[in-house]
Amino acid sequence: MKNCFIGAAIGAMIATGLHAEEVLPTNVAFNDGAIEQSLSGAPGDPNNGRIIVGDKGQGNCVACHEVTDLADVPFHGEIGPMLDGAGDRWSEAELRGIVANAKIMFEGSMMPSFYKTEGFIRPGNAYTGEAADDTFGPLLSAQQIEDVVAYLVTLKEE
Amino acid sequence: MKKLTGAILATVFTTTLASAEPVDDTLILNEETPIVTRTAAPAHLSDALDEVLSGWLFRGTETRAMQSDDFDNPGMIFVEQAMEAWETADGTAGKSCSSCHNEIESMAGVKPTYPKWDENAGSVQTLQMQMNECRTERMGAEAWGYDKGPAINMEAALSSVSRGMPVNVAIDGPAQSAWEQGKELYYTRTGQLELSCANCHEDNYGNMIRADHLSQGQINGFPVYRLKNTKLNGAHSRFKGCIRDTRAETYAPGSDEFIALELYVASRGNGLSVEGPSIRN
Repeated sequence: MKNCFIGAAIGAMIATGLHAEEVLPTNVAFNDGAIEQSLSGAPGDPNNGRIIVGDKGQGNCVACHEVTDLADVPFHGEIGPMLDGAGDRWSEAELRGIVANAKIMFEGSMMPSFYKTEGFIRPGNAYTGEAADDTFGPLLSAQQIEDVVAYLVTLKEE
Repeated sequence: MKKLTGAILATVFTTTLASAEPVDDTLILNEETPIVTRTAAPAHLSDALDEVLSGWLFRGTETRAMQSDDFDNPGMIFVEQAMEAWETADGTAGKSCSSCHNEIESMAGVKPTYPKWDENAGSVQTLQMQMNECRTERMGAEAWGYDKGPAINMEAALSSVSRGMPVNVAIDGPAQSAWEQGKELYYTRTGQLELSCANCHEDNYGNMIRADHLSQGQINGFPVYRLKNTKLNGAHSRFKGCIRDTRAETYAPGSDEFIALELYVASRGNGLSVEGPSIRN
């Protein structure tokens, strides 16, 4: 079973022509709050990133941020800064750092850390109210982070 | 349906263009009792807030109107059930609440001071705990489950006769250590989302978080009739829901942590009128 999985993964890498090596949430290197290298080892998909940003069950970024490009998704929040022009204001590495753990760049930020698995107070098992168990993982996967970053980079002011 | 869609679109439009401030409105209960929904923050809170605002100011026109008249307030149906229970003997002593306390109106002024220090128990007690003390020690009846129907309905009945009176919980003296514990909990960022009560209800009240209009999280209106579950809800159950939504392991209604948090949050509303049973989303 394990061999079969590894075989499939290698197959996928060969298929995409990449030697994808995922950076674990506990092993992320921040440089002034930014992350230079891709967390998944692969490029992000901006179209999927756009879905993640608006989807309540995934990033749900619009719960706090308004994005004009996502006007088709109802109810944008007003907690964080508007994301229009985020691709002008921040580099790809900075955006990756902010999405993964905004508190490194902005101390005390209210923004949840989407690629972090340690250091929580009373971590729960998703929204059940029960304690976290051994299925506990980051809010978004490495590839989901890359997809979101790839989308944010496209948000340029005209 | 079309009208509803229009209303939703209008909401999106409004919230996109303007920030969602609390309304400028006045609550007069049953056209006779003025309810203070906005007042100067109590001294202990003046570093953080200038004004304290009832959640009533953050709800829509129809919800606000529903609460202003007892005939329109669905929470009063549960109050009436509790009024009956007030007169009904229960337990081995053959007593009802009214055997000792007479008319429930005589309890006006009790709700605004809870949670409060109980000398005999040697701890801070909530109104529900005091009710259960009466039941188990004087009536020979079984304790009601915390925030369960009979308990929350009776808490609402006791609140209803104090409506219009200012919340006035003591935070010093023997209650101080529980109050400090509650304050600590209020500012602790829990769960995988690392959110404290203060992140939303002190730093962002008036703002929209997705489709929800954030209030100050005041509990002067509890017990609350929620339109989403059409029953009365206790403050501890609401705390539990909020903490769950930070993707955290919650505390239980009736726990020491929630007793302390209730005292602290109630004290943030000292000066606002008792409103329960209020109506919220």
